[in-house]
Amino acid sequence: MLDSDLARLVDEDLTRFRVDRAAMTSQEIFEIETVRVFESVWIYLGHESEVANPGDFVRRTVVGRPLMMIRSRKSNAVRAFFNTCPHRGATICRQDAGNAKVFQCFYHAWSFDSDGALIGVPDEAGYPPSFDRADFGLMPVPRCESYRGFMFVSFNPNVEPLVDYLAGAKEYIDLIVDACDDRIEVIAGKNDHGIEANWKLLAENSFDGYHALPTHETYFKYLAKIDKTDEPGDDSASSSYLANGSVRDLGNGHAVIEKFSPYGRPLAKWAPSYGEESRAEIEQLRARLVKRFGTETAIRMMDNGRNLLIFPNLVINDVMSLTVRLFMPVRPDRMRVTAWAYAPASESPLLRAKRLDAYLTFLGPGGFAAPDDVEALESCQQGYAAGGIRWNELTRGMAREPRATDELQMRAFWRRWRDLMANRVLAGAAR
Amino acid sequence: MIAWNVTRGEIEDFLYREAALLDDWKLDEWATLFTDDAHYVVPSNDFPAADPTRHLVMIDDNKQRLLARVERLNSRHAHREFPHSRTRHQVMNVISEGGDEQGLRVSASFIVWRFRNDRADFYVGRYDYVLAAAETGGFRIRYKRATLDMPSLEAAGTVSIIL
Repeated sequence: MLDSDLARLVDEDLTRFRVDRAAMTSQEIFEIETVRVFESVWIYLGHESEVANPGDFVRRTVVGRPLMMIRSRKSNAVRAFFNTCPHRGATICRQDAGNAKVFQCFYHAWSFDSDGALIGVPDEAGYPPSFDRADFGLMPVPRCESYRGFMFVSFNPNVEPLVDYLAGAKEYIDLIVDACDDRIEVIAGKNDHGIEANWKLLAENSFDGYHALPTHETYFKYLAKIDKTDEPGDDSASSSYLANGSVRDLGNGHAVIEKFSPYGRPLAKWAPSYGEESRAEIEQLRARLVKRFGTETAIRMMDNGRNLLIFPNLVINDVMSLTVRLFMPVRPDRMRVTAWAYAPASESPLLRAKRLDAYLTFLGPGGFAAPDDVEALESCQQGYAAGGIRWNELTRGMAREPRATDELQMRAFWRRWRDLMANRVLAGAAR
Repeated sequence: MIAWNVTRGEIEDFLYREAALLDDWKLDEWATLFTDDAHYVVPSNDFPAADPTRHLVMIDDNKQRLLARVERLNSRHAHREFPHSRTRHQVMNVISEGGDEQGLRVSASFIVWRFRNDRADFYVGRYDYVLAAAETGGFRIRYKRATLDMPSLEAAGTVSIIL
């Protein structure tokens, strides 16, 4: 496909915004996307706290590539390496996580230290004198940088610095990390599942305020019952909360919707579902956050929920619980999703239990809402096979001040995707 | 240790009847098998030993949320399960682990098949039950934990049915 054809996959004028469904179904577009999107920008790898101690490691597959994140025993720095032996290719790290003094390939027993240096070769005398261990260290991923504990990698050596790439999304990461007392930990136990749909459909869904009421009616009904709030309807609190949120294009394809939360939040908004036993503690937490950040910022931290997309495939949902969702393309019609619950390391056992309880009700593969999102995305993907209709419509809110139930956030995502696909963005150039 | 004068056959009959209620989508009746203080837990795939108060699991229902789960699945708005999938809960390797003040501890293996929309999904794992004596004879479920053997839900995608 020509760059001009790729540019036309997104069709817009002043009152219309459409995306060609081929963007979700074409193998050729998928292959171009792997190079021009996923191998050119920053991709989330994991949280630094997952490798808290020297020698800690986790393995993670990023865009089909097995990688590992290791904290150095010498410098304490966190680095990312390709998880493949420089000798003949076997994966070095064969566990999801752990701690190691030495990383040894089981095939021929070459071993490496936590900085990736080759430190052991059985029968090294069998190699010619020109053999130099320095040529055979673990290969680091070209770029690896972190912002406030969030560790990203890039396969593009010329990519702009991470802080520039994050653009307006930085402010939201700051808000979330500040609220967590600057020390986030990843709660053990992750959601790890596949979806038979194109990955971009989950990017859209993750901050689609318009679908919340129709798709998740059963969740809002349950919430109304346990929190004794209004049931969803035209005049109810949950309807107005969905309508009155705000939406922002944060640059570089990142965007956010933010709105008043009708449900309780562990940081820090009490609701009946949290039980009387946690009320005093949440009130204390509220007072502390107000004192530390001022009323305006603290109220926003505590009473608003936000769904943040960091282009292309990282979603941070600071809603009834704090969840980080990372999704990788597998095929045009298939993705792999990993989701974690993040929380302040300082959180009390009582509030931690409440946080986890709130997470489960909505989120995760066994929640009251997320399975229906999976169904919706797979249903869209099946619908594309029908043909007959070429375009997906993303026009909502183009003729008014856009709301959280509009589609400005998706347009921001798709414009960036189009610009990368059509080679309109120079490598390393921030918007 | 509290002695329970029950045979494996009686335990198996109870578990098979529970499985049949799930496969027949008689979920209201299924919920009556649970005590008021019951818990139904499905740990995350990567952390079978999880404690739901400290770790992220997939399902941790008390009786209230279990009833809400049933109400949701009975409605037309649990989209992942409407129309309902066809399922088959196969229960085997039933072992009585002995009784205590909570009830009789029972473990079993399961394979749950789910068929819908040309998809065939499976869930394989271990059940851990705590069974209480019902006033009317037989058992009620005080605790049910379905621990999956699959390292991820790469194939099945969700746990939208009751395991």
